[in-house]
Amino acid sequence: MKKKRKIALVLIILCLGSLLGRALAQGGGELKFSIRMEPKTFDPLKVEDEASASIRYLTGGVLVRVNRQTQDLEPGLAQSWKVSKDGRQITFRLRSGISFSDGTPFSAGDVAYTIQQLMDPALHSPTGDAFRSGTGNVETKVISPTQISITFPAPVAGLDRLFDQVAVLSERSPRKEAAVLGPFMLADYKPGATVLLKRNPNYWKSDEQGRKLPYLDSIRLDIQPNRDVEMLHFKRGELDLINALDSEYFDKLEATSPQLVHDAGPSLDSEQLWFNEVAKAPIPGYKKNWFRSANFRRAISEAINREDLSRIVFHGHAQPAAGPFSPANKFWFNSKLKPQAYSPDAALKALESDGFRLENGVLKDKDGNEVVFSIISNAGSKTRERMAVLIQDDLQKIGIHVNVVTLDFPSLIERMTQSFDYEAIILGLTNVDLDPNGEMNVWLSSAENHQWNPQQKTPETSWEAEIDRLMRAQASSTDLKRRKEAFDRVQEIVVEEQPFIFLINKNALSVASTVLHGAAPVILWPQTFWNAERLTVSTK
Amino acid sequence: MLKSRIAGHALALVATLLLGGFLSATLVRLAPGFDADEQQLDPHLGAESVQALRTARQQDHNLWRFYFSYMKGAVHGDLGTSLALAQPVRTLLRERAPLTLRLLALGLGLAWVAALSLALTAAWLRISAFDALTIVVSGTFLCIPAAVLALLSVLWNVPGSLAIALIVFPHIYRYARNLLVKSYSSPHIITARAKGLGEARILFWHVVPTVAPQLLALAGVSVSMAVGAAIPVEALCGLPGVGQLAWQAAMARDLPLLVNITLLVTLVTLLANSGADVIGLMVRGQKS
Amino acid sequence: MNLWRKLACVALAVVVCASLAANWLAPVGYEKQYREATNAPPSRAHWLGTDELGRDRFARVLYGTRISLLLAPAAALLSTLMAAFIGGLAGYLGGIWARLAMAVTDLFLSLPWLFLLITARAFMPLNVSPLISVLVTFLLLGLLGWSTAARVLCATAGSLRSADFVRQARAAGVPGSRLFWIHVMPNLKPVLYAQFWISIPVFILSEANLGILGLGVAEPMPSWGSLLRELEGLLSVGEEPWKFVPLILLVVVVMSFQLLLSRQEEAPA
Repeated sequence: MKKKRKIALVLIILCLGSLLGRALAQGGGELKFSIRMEPKTFDPLKVEDEASASIRYLTGGVLVRVNRQTQDLEPGLAQSWKVSKDGRQITFRLRSGISFSDGTPFSAGDVAYTIQQLMDPALHSPTGDAFRSGTGNVETKVISPTQISITFPAPVAGLDRLFDQVAVLSERSPRKEAAVLGPFMLADYKPGATVLLKRNPNYWKSDEQGRKLPYLDSIRLDIQPNRDVEMLHFKRGELDLINALDSEYFDKLEATSPQLVHDAGPSLDSEQLWFNEVAKAPIPGYKKNWFRSANFRRAISEAINREDLSRIVFHGHAQPAAGPFSPANKFWFNSKLKPQAYSPDAALKALESDGFRLENGVLKDKDGNEVVFSIISNAGSKTRERMAVLIQDDLQKIGIHVNVVTLDFPSLIERMTQSFDYEAIILGLTNVDLDPNGEMNVWLSSAENHQWNPQQKTPETSWEAEIDRLMRAQASSTDLKRRKEAFDRVQEIVVEEQPFIFLINKNALSVASTVLHGAAPVILWPQTFWNAERLTVSTK
Repeated sequence: MLKSRIAGHALALVATLLLGGFLSATLVRLAPGFDADEQQLDPHLGAESVQALRTARQQDHNLWRFYFSYMKGAVHGDLGTSLALAQPVRTLLRERAPLTLRLLALGLGLAWVAALSLALTAAWLRISAFDALTIVVSGTFLCIPAAVLALLSVLWNVPGSLAIALIVFPHIYRYARNLLVKSYSSPHIITARAKGLGEARILFWHVVPTVAPQLLALAGVSVSMAVGAAIPVEALCGLPGVGQLAWQAAMARDLPLLVNITLLVTLVTLLANSGADVIGLMVRGQKS
Repeated sequence: MNLWRKLACVALAVVVCASLAANWLAPVGYEKQYREATNAPPSRAHWLGTDELGRDRFARVLYGTRISLLLAPAAALLSTLMAAFIGGLAGYLGGIWARLAMAVTDLFLSLPWLFLLITARAFMPLNVSPLISVLVTFLLLGLLGWSTAARVLCATAGSLRSADFVRQARAAGVPGSRLFWIHVMPNLKPVLYAQFWISIPVFILSEANLGILGLGVAEPMPSWGSLLRELEGLLSVGEEPWKFVPLILLVVVVMSFQLLLSRQEEAPA
């Protein structure tokens, strides 16, 4: 009798032990980090800002996923896919047996519904507009519950990779956007304070050992716009990671705990300076002549010490930029391009050939006007302000007087896009995707975001006409080699004519605390939590 | 007499409120960047989308129309929708106002208690060393930027109301000290002391009625100072109140939200100052 | 003159002379960038170290003092005088004037002046000279900063109206204007001096905040406000105590002003 009891007891303990073990193994902890502003929307189709995009990345289920580490396209909800030769049609074969977070079953009908919502002309979202290559309707055909084909009116470059941004919504669920297919789901939202995401029990993915993903129990997103306060919270252990860390803080943390910080090398982000080349701009005519001369722009580019910008403003965590794309974009970067070398003497010579003369330390143009112009930038960016002051000092050495003005962002945007009342601007471009087709609206001379001279009715220079031709060619081609040739030529033209004077490419800096396991920060956004489903946080 | 005075105040209050709302709308509308939307810089947006963004912003161009429709809605309880946050303003304010009001009440309370006790002590004791010390302390806090005080409060894990108290305290202390010192050195107080009247009696029957109107006016004004201090404190301490909302709204040129917040701030200021006026009158009435 | 006031005089004199002699005391200038020695600690070459762009901090403090020390008191004077007239006069006249003036004051306190400042910046050309930009900034600060004191002055003047000595003077036939200038105004002095003394650091700090809107002192010129903003990088300041010097300097100057004016604050009726 005693022996049976002992055995029973041991069995019970073993059972409890294994249950406890499984519970412990399942519990991956809670990940805490900050988002820098209030999310504007929880509807994945309307996402425009980074905070909403972060929530979409963590909660949305996508058909295909760009692996942020290898930069390759991986199957997601779709097991396989095929893009037609003309680039207009894509067919997905979907996984079966998947449900949304509220239990509603997932099928091809949901994908069709999502695409129809996304392509609604009244939607006006960046995600939807990326697919809009031509006018006409997008047709979805549900071939079977696990097969769907989508046909676009015109070829879409890089069609398959674009679906990384499309989170599938449920057609039938009563909970609408709240029903998700991603690893986490929205649990609580305190406006101005936190967003709480909990594990999605119906997430379809499991790891190689068959354990269900995600490991984490929950993710807490703190809404904190101020970097200094964010750093304070991290140091106190209230946050587990920081994305896009400032280089000053990186150095300080590296001094005390080098194992926590990570410099993933140059990111896709660039900082650039450009001059106002708009014909109807309310600036003096002689200044317009300077800015519209490629020789002048090239000379300015040569007179800027990019090494000092990287070293002083970014503490070495940046590299001089060679052109519009960063070398981090391995496939699309034109590797023949090199960053402009610093040479104030060559700059002065180039200016002299245009009729400029240096008199008593002041540079004057051929009509005797002193070369004075202003550089504006947005307030609140210490790095841009410092870069502007360094450039002010660099240009002073060749006799150019620069006034640095920081303005609040809306005033800046108004000057840049409506009144064109500015002379030079320093701003940055944050690139989220690798494909240059996403930047059509920057390089086309008729487009809105062709910052130095937007919305031209016809291209005003021959090189802008050439860029238009090349960009349209790469947009309508599906042959990657042909597209790369075209865009390589675009990059070369941009470096020759310098409409944007590209300054530096920032490094992707991040930090992760010791309790966070599995983090492998990369260059592509979202850098540190791209593999959120495999992260765990241990309790101290 | 008092009733008609209060009625007069109420009428003036409403008129000032309406004027304040309109003036703030004018200021926002005339400032550059009214039409600008950060989203239009996104290269993924097509030409139609950017145009749609611009058209949406231009709806509020005509101020009179905007204000008129806003007033119409406000009468029914609809305070408009925030452009930046795409939520009804009423919900936003209802969620955030209690926190800000609590923050202000605590901060102001602390500041006044500290200022009055120190000022009274200074007036009573008349020790120059003590006076000098309080001057140095209050002067130092006056010279520290509000943002730095807010960051310090995050660093030392003290509540935001303490930061607000420290920002407002030096302003109150100086005035209060001067008023009390002057009052205590006036002839009839000296006479009263010489006659042997108790300190408490002197304070409540002679000093307070003299300085009350001015201190009350100061109290009203300190409310505005606290409201101004609440903006950086809330933003940096991560407190989701109206101050944080105000800053976001200003940066995004969110006209509906800004007009509502200005009206709220004007209302609070007017109530505080009118209240101070009325109480001052009552005290003066009692005295005579 | 007691000891404290003597000390205050000396302190102010030292600061003013040092800032005027900045050319000799800090010949390197405030804009030269020592790019190989950024964020350097104090040394023989740089007494207060260098800032994040390698500029000598001691020189920047001296040159910044000139601007702030000259213009902030001027702006404070402007705002104090405006408060005296609007608040004091309204309170003295009483009745509908006081009500109107106080309504205007309340509005002034509540409106979002940020937008007026942004608009002011928009009207100024981008290539405006730094001197004009600074003058406009402090002028605007002075014009907008009177509302806080006006209310208190109105209440003070109001209570003076019903004071015995004023009643007696009126009964004796003293004309209103003389009454105001000779009998009422001096009694407003404690509040006026407090307002002046408080406004100086407030305006210096505001100038730095206005830098966000493109107003204020333009780079590379230094100002106390911008030097004080270095303190926002709090985490490092504990290890770099020399960054506190601008704050200490500001406190000393403000204290000195206050001590010099303290006699006036306690003027009897």
